[in-house]
Amino acid sequence: MRHCMSPLDFSVDELDQLMGLAADIEENPDKYSHACDGKRLATCFYEPSTRTRLSFESAMLRLGGQTLGFASADSSSASKGESVSDTLRIISGYADICAIRHPKEGAPLVASLHSGIPVINAGDGGHAHPTQTLADLYTIKSLKGRLDHFTIGLCGDLKFGRTVHSLISALVRYEGVHFVLISPEELKLPSYIREDVLEKNGATYEETESLEDAMPKLDVLYMTRVQRERFFNEDDYVRLKDRYILDNDKMKLGREDMIVMHPLPRVNEISVEVDDDPRAQYFTQAKKAVFIRMALILTLLGIQVDKNIPQPTNNPSSEKGGEKC
Amino acid sequence: MLNISGIHEGYVLDHIKAGTSMKIYHLLKLDELKDATVAIIMNAKSKKMGHKDIIKIECPLGSIDLDTIGYIDHNITVDVIKNDSIIAKEKLALPKVLKNVIKCKNPRCITSIEQGLDQVFILTDAKKEIYRCRYCEEAYTEKETI
Repeated sequence: MRHCMSPLDFSVDELDQLMGLAADIEENPDKYSHACDGKRLATCFYEPSTRTRLSFESAMLRLGGQTLGFASADSSSASKGESVSDTLRIISGYADICAIRHPKEGAPLVASLHSGIPVINAGDGGHAHPTQTLADLYTIKSLKGRLDHFTIGLCGDLKFGRTVHSLISALVRYEGVHFVLISPEELKLPSYIREDVLEKNGATYEETESLEDAMPKLDVLYMTRVQRERFFNEDDYVRLKDRYILDNDKMKLGREDMIVMHPLPRVNEISVEVDDDPRAQYFTQAKKAVFIRMALILTLLGIQVDKNIPQPTNNPSSEKGGEKC
Repeated sequence: MLNISGIHEGYVLDHIKAGTSMKIYHLLKLDELKDATVAIIMNAKSKKMGHKDIIKIECPLGSIDLDTIGYIDHNITVDVIKNDSIIAKEKLALPKVLKNVIKCKNPRCITSIEQGLDQVFILTDAKKEIYRCRYCEEAYTEKETI
């Protein structure tokens, strides 16, 4: 049985297969509309989420399956003090696959260790959000046609932004990706990501505080929100939250074929006037996330609809050494 | 001068930093070893270290996990004794996994709330001696134990 804890547990070849499957689902949705008949997805969300939970539910419903679950810790037995491991043992008897979001880092891994069904990490605190990274990769591949030899600007909260850390870790495995890291001094990329991920893998990068200077170089601009919940000090949050605001004036500095991405929700960092610019692709990105989640659910459940579309196995090889995906 | 007899089979842990032998005693779970005789010599004079601790353990070979002490102190020397003779001097290595030796300090880690969960750390960078929590991947570089 295979779980999904980190996008890095997929080899580059497996990621290609997963994205190929997502593309086929996107092109031929009818072919997959009964693939999960009789299967149930449990969504165990211990903290609020709009897109991720509904995206998972939409993915399962589009595959013909059903969903059940809870949307906050208050409406689950966690409010009575039940452990994550106990909850997952129980849910294993109710559903065929589970997506779990939890404010505590590592909770999905604990869940997977006690679960009888595949577990997907749907976000654990500031640690990881693998399906967001899968969605990001799939969006870039779909819209730019490749995942190698391009320049990506990552802007905003690079210190606490888990999506940024995961995306960098996933992209360094492709050749010729140049990173432009745009952030204030206080929210710079942590040194362990710079040294252990970028430098260790020979990736090229530059750091700047100026979004304007970076814009002309970029094939992809990945904006992030400064997240209030990651700060212990409210004053720091207030001071930094509006440091970067992407508006039409700044968009004029960008290339015509650049795309703008954002994991959403956005607050002020992308002005609504940018939404009408054809380069603004963050809503497309959210839509594409459903297809990659459909591909992931099929893969983890070991369901192959079309033998001509290769997909990763749900039994990870011993070479990869793990039960994780 | 304190005299402690030699051992027939077991280990002698020498050059332990003075005052830390009890910590090592507990880490190696020597109190749980049945049929083992343990002698702890504290604050012995040492030319090299000034003062040091020594632990002598009379036990069947292979019954203690020496890697754990590799995490605490590389400088500890281990003599392996069989039939009253030293048959090997073990070189201590950093253990690949530490289980319930150190505690994750990340307040956002699941280990802070989940009951009965083992504290597991994985060696991710042997050169820099960096361990990361299995669950939250927070790095741990201080030599502190539970």
